[in-house]
Parts: sequence; C-alpha cells; structure tokens
Amino acid sequence: MQDVLPTIEEWRAAGEEIALATVVKTTGPAPRFEGAKMAVTKSGKLVGSVSGGCVEGAVFEEAQRVLRTRKPRLVKYGISKESAWDIGLACGGGIEVYIAPLE
Amino acid sequence: MSNYQKIKENIEREELLARLIVVHAPEGQEIGAEMLVYPDGRTDGTLGLADLDRAAVEKAMTLMRQTGSKTYPVETSAGPFEVFVDVFPPPPTLIIFGAVHIAIPLVKIAKECGFRVKVIDGRQKFLTKERFPEVDELIEAWPDEIVEHNVKIDSNTYIVILTHDEKFDGPALDVTLPSPARYIGAIGSKTTTANRNDRLRKAGIPDDQIARIHGPIGIPIGAREPAEIAVSIMAEIIAVKYGVGKNKE
Repeated sequence: MQDVLPTIEEWRAAGEEIALATVVKTTGPAPRFEGAKMAVTKSGKLVGSVSGGCVEGAVFEEAQRVLRTRKPRLVKYGISKESAWDIGLACGGGIEVYIAPLE
Repeated sequence: MSNYQKIKENIEREELLARLIVVHAPEGQEIGAEMLVYPDGRTDGTLGLADLDRAAVEKAMTLMRQTGSKTYPVETSAGPFEVFVDVFPPPPTLIIFGAVHIAIPLVKIAKECGFRVKVIDGRQKFLTKERFPEVDELIEAWPDEIVEHNVKIDSNTYIVILTHDEKFDGPALDVTLPSPARYIGAIGSKTTTANRNDRLRKAGIPDDQIARIHGPIGIPIGAREPAEIAVSIMAEIIAVKYGVGKNKE
C-alpha cells in the first residue's frame, strides 16, 4: 500500500475517480504477494502492480468497469481446466484480484 | 471518514491495522463488505453477519501479528464466505551507525525497500541532509548516547554498524546486542570480525549474543564499490526479514 499511497493522494487532490485492485489470493508461483496493489483512475492513469506486468492490462479494463458500475468485483487470472483464459500468467500460477472503487 | 482515509492515517502514524473484505459470498449475496480491526481488538464496521464478524476478527487478530495478508474461508449460518484479511504493518526501521560513504547508497536503497531509516553519528560534519537527502532522521550522537536520544530498538528494527573502528562499534554493539533487534550487522574484514568477536568474548559477552552479529556484513557478491556493498547489505537484511537463506536469526 505504501508504494501506491503517494500517487493516490495526488490523484485524490486532483479530484480523480480511483479504483483500487488488490491481490487477495495466489496459487502456485505468483509474481506478487497477497496484498499487492495497483490503482487506476477513470481518466486512464495507473500506479503499482498486481502481477509484474502479466495481467495489468486486463485489470485496468476491469477497473474501468468497476468505476462505471461502482460495484466491487473479484477477478481470477491463471491457468484453469474449466475455461480457456485469454489472459494468463507465464509462471503457471494463478491470482485472484479484488477491485473496488476507492471511497 | 472512509476506510481508505483511516488506513492512510494509520499508515502515517506507523501503526498496525487490518482491513477485512468479503471477497466471496454464497450465491445471491454481494461481496465488498468491509471492516477494520486494530491490534487491541477494536473493530470498525461490519461484514454483515455477527458470526462472520466474530470468526473473521479472530483470524485477523492472529494474522496481523504475523504481518501477512491472506484470504480465509469462513463458514457461517448463511453459508460459506471468503474474507481477505489485508494487513498494513508498520514499516521496518533501519538504524545505521556511522554516516560514512557506504551509508549514502544504503539509505537510498533501504528507502526504496520501504524502510524508515535513521543515521547516527557523533560527527556533525558528516551528518547532513546534503549527504542523506532521503533519510528520515539524522541523530547526532555517539553510540553510547542513543538511550538519551530515545532511539527505540524493537523486533522490527534492523541495525547496521558501519563505523569499523572499535572505539565506536564496541559501544554500538554494547547497546544493540541486548536489544530485540531483528538484525545486527557490522562491517569489517574477516580479521576485524575475528578480533572483534575475541574482544567481545573477553568482555564476557555470551557466544549466542556474539553469533547474532552478521559479520563480515552482507551476502557475498564480490562487492567493491559503496553502492555494491550497500546492495549486499540490503540483500542480507531482506533475507533475514523473510527468514530466507543462511541466516543466524
């Protein structure tokens, strides 16, 4: 959180609408730990990371949706037998990311 | 005040806090309910169900001491939930004895790694904001005076002694060895280290206390330049922080 806090504060001061994405679960090898954060603004700015570059683009899109609906979402990325994920993690692990509007 | 605001203020006060979020709920129920839990057991908000709150707070109270965030399943009368316990630990503190040339890159790297950094030296000339622009605190004192300067050393504190002069690293070790510091490292060659350990043993310091000192300091990467030595020291500190590798802790 400390890594994204200064930037979030600047955005808040500028009146940006912000969504916060947090890694809440990891399975197998995962590039970032539970609690890792990324923040996104409606205007398209981004700070922090949830995976080291693998799924940030997809999380960014989900965050835009969360900002439109104002409803939090849990999104899963990784390798799954049930469904073919178009966005995967090269390391073979899986992560769950919780995205919510920042009040 | 929003939870974000409360978390931000708590982080600024450098106090421990956990935020609980419902990230999985039984069919037909919404996710996103939040609650804050403080280390003294105080809570703020509700996850929506009394038995969910109770079980989740209990988890949070144990987890926040281990300072790691994790998602937990919680069975309730209303079905299975999953609660993410997001722990916001206070930052670790690095105390550097000796405002020497290696301290300059070490302060920068430690700040990048999220440490609060204090540099202690009795020589005002070296202890300047120009040399250490990122430092949190510069303390003009000799090692044996730090008690008077209210320098707190707890289990979240890491000590690096860069003075490599027995006049100063002796007193620095005297005050830090009995402390609960998570890491104590002292710079010096193998010879300096052996001599220092001999001296400590003769002074009656028990072997298990002497074994706490990481010296020669840092992991072996063949470092020569001050910045390289700082990287090697920081790498050792990170390994101790996460309990990894050949560490004496």
